[in-house]
Amino acid sequence: MKQLDPKPEVMARRAEIVAGLRRMLPARAVIAEAVSLKPYETDALTAYRQVPLAVVLPEDEAQVVEILKFCAAEGVRVIPRGAGTSLSGGALPLADSVVVGMMRMNRILEINYADRYAVVQPGVTNIGITAAVADAGYFYAPDPSSQLACMIGGNVGMNSGGAHCLKYGVTANNLLGLRLVTIDGEVLEIGGTHCDAAGYDWLGLITGSEGQLGILTEVTVRILHAPEGARAMLAGFASNEIAGDCVAAIIASGIIPVALEFMDRPAIHACEDFAHAGYPLDAQALLIIEVEGSEDEQADMLGRLRGICARFAPVSMRVAETAEESAAIWKGRKGAFGAVGRISPDYLCMDGVIPTSRLGEVLRRIGEMSEAYGLRVANIFHAGDGNLHPLIMYDANDPASFAKAEAFGAEILALCVAAGGCLTGEHGVGVEKRELMPVQFSAAEIAQMRAVKDVFDPQWLLNPAKVFPL
Amino acid sequence: MPRDEAELAEMVREAREPLLVQGNGTKVGMLRPVRAAQVLSTAGLSGITLYSPSELVIRARAGTRLAEIETVLAEHGQQLIAEPSHLFGEGQTLGGVVAANLSGPRRISGGAMRDHVLGVRAVNGSGEILNFGGRVLKNVTGLDIGKLLTGSFGTLAVLTEVTMKVLPVAEATGTVVVPVEDAQAAVVVMSAGLGSPYSASGAAYLPGCSQVFLRIEEFAESVVYRCAKLGGQFAGAAVLGTDESKVLWRGLRDCEYLGDCEALWRVSVRPSAGPGVLAAGAAAGLSGFLDWGGGLVWLSGAATREAHESVCAAARAAGGVWWLMRGPEDFRAAVEVIPREAPALAVLRRRLVEKFDPRGIFNPQKMRTA
Repeated sequence: MKQLDPKPEVMARRAEIVAGLRRMLPARAVIAEAVSLKPYETDALTAYRQVPLAVVLPEDEAQVVEILKFCAAEGVRVIPRGAGTSLSGGALPLADSVVVGMMRMNRILEINYADRYAVVQPGVTNIGITAAVADAGYFYAPDPSSQLACMIGGNVGMNSGGAHCLKYGVTANNLLGLRLVTIDGEVLEIGGTHCDAAGYDWLGLITGSEGQLGILTEVTVRILHAPEGARAMLAGFASNEIAGDCVAAIIASGIIPVALEFMDRPAIHACEDFAHAGYPLDAQALLIIEVEGSEDEQADMLGRLRGICARFAPVSMRVAETAEESAAIWKGRKGAFGAVGRISPDYLCMDGVIPTSRLGEVLRRIGEMSEAYGLRVANIFHAGDGNLHPLIMYDANDPASFAKAEAFGAEILALCVAAGGCLTGEHGVGVEKRELMPVQFSAAEIAQMRAVKDVFDPQWLLNPAKVFPL
Repeated sequence: MPRDEAELAEMVREAREPLLVQGNGTKVGMLRPVRAAQVLSTAGLSGITLYSPSELVIRARAGTRLAEIETVLAEHGQQLIAEPSHLFGEGQTLGGVVAANLSGPRRISGGAMRDHVLGVRAVNGSGEILNFGGRVLKNVTGLDIGKLLTGSFGTLAVLTEVTMKVLPVAEATGTVVVPVEDAQAAVVVMSAGLGSPYSASGAAYLPGCSQVFLRIEEFAESVVYRCAKLGGQFAGAAVLGTDESKVLWRGLRDCEYLGDCEALWRVSVRPSAGPGVLAAGAAAGLSGFLDWGGGLVWLSGAATREAHESVCAAARAAGGVWWLMRGPEDFRAAVEVIPREAPALAVLRRRLVEKFDPRGIFNPQKMRTA
């Protein structure tokens, strides 16, 4: 992959820049030794690695302001980082960059049940928000698979989704306010604790902007009261197409399940080996469907869903009878990426989205590509919203295998766009898909987006070489 | 009035003076008056261009009437999730409702118009035709320009086509009606409803009849069950069925319970601050009601500077925002129709406008004077 050339004037002044950072920050907040920088060289897209010039770990907003003012004055590139769980290389450093790691700003500042919001620092984990409000019966809705580790700051940066966003929406739909420090060190208060903006929707623009516009120091999220209960069911089908038709029939019936997940045969086997959730090993495709409500409501809804599934000659159907069974079903799904990692240590996780009516045909094409490239693929996705996660397995010790995997991935994403979809549904463009942007956008459209970036960051110091083609 | 997008883009390229950008002009009396040499209307860009019920997506040209879209969706048992108000009449276009980010009672549970805009086509101030987002339900590819244009009142670009996520209409609707002493008590009831496991999709309070309304939209059995559960928590609660509920919530959506008045304000605050705003309005001679669990305050009355200042001060004190939805032209030209931004944001806003509309020809000063 091509990368931006390091600025020679920055590389030459490395010692001075580190000394400058040390002057403004506590000793524990600056990392510049080679061995300690190593963990920051990559994120969850481990195929790419680059040790940064330095890492800083600010402990409050004032330090973030100082760091950004200093970097702007010195012309130093800045890479914001949360937990480093980006699957698109969103936190990949450049050799001349300072990584600003937000994990030490991890306090929950306020929880307000009467008005149903929580104010948190960006380094709070996604699950940490739910954990803080669960005793009162509340939760924070977006639930990316990495929710045990990933941080809310990164979730906002990438506009993360999750298995339950069919009902509850993605990150952008669950935010009320932000504090954002611009590259000039200005602190912007965006939104607040109320709904909707009078004036431009800065909150909507900043969410999902992948660290291009500033660094978050505070996030106000909506919290919701949990339903009385939830239960999952499994339905196995004889082909991907049939399962896809069943998804369309469920949506057309007026039922919007809280989650509607799809796995193909390779994914079913990988996840079952790992989670022992009772997934049907004889099925070609599996749907995990979850409903919410009281016991009676769950039973009623599951009855309706069984009726719909039955029209598609299911190979198997099973309703979770206990909370433990539901948990096992979700353990398999949420651990899916890890489970595939047990079959093949190296894989690329795609994130394209397609209109759900094209499901069968797109999966058939992916299967043909898999044969042509000679690389295995497991398909796991959020079926209700058409968000595909093909996992392309390759061998990292073989450069030719990686190159083939990348080409395969690019071809899948081009297929998604051609089918009326998009390059990324929830993982972000990052470095991974930056050169594919022209597949989806015209030159004028990319220029308009770059112009918005210019408004906030005229020197292009914030997370450069991401999102936009080089 | 251009007949299609290409003609609209051509007219923008050829424009030498400011344009009043609108659909059918139903919201010309909302926010500030625009001084423009010419009207650029999207009313000629009409028609639904894609509707796929099983994929929960509808796409229409910006000038398509909201009512037409709602009728077609209803034929398939579906609806716009944000339940946009018909306060501005039946002439409203999809483009206008999106440009104003106009959401109704369901906003509190289902999200705003901006939450369901999947894609937009628009013409920027240089006359370039641009397409952002798409027709799929999840999309984080590039910056979310669709959200930026939603609620921008045609000041950045002219919307020519919008793609929305839609959802099925619930099988049944029920409303729990709870008598309350005052607005404070009302917010306590609404908070209990919205903070329950029963997924209330509306929570409003009408001071005139001292009643709180909590809406449940679900399958029929669930509506019965949830209304009983919710109603059981409050003394004197009664339950309305589907037909009565629909009439009630349509009325709340369209502010039918407020008299016809010179000026109309909409204030968004955290729900617990709603009663304070309502009281400040009452002290200034305004009548009003609460929606969004208390977080949305509608106020109406005479268009006086004093009343406006009271509304603004109360909204500001609660950390919230306001919109002047309706008022005499000279009044709207003289007051801050939405709150002033912090200086740093004002700088960014001006630079942003220059990037979309470098000649400043789209709806100049619709939202702010400078």
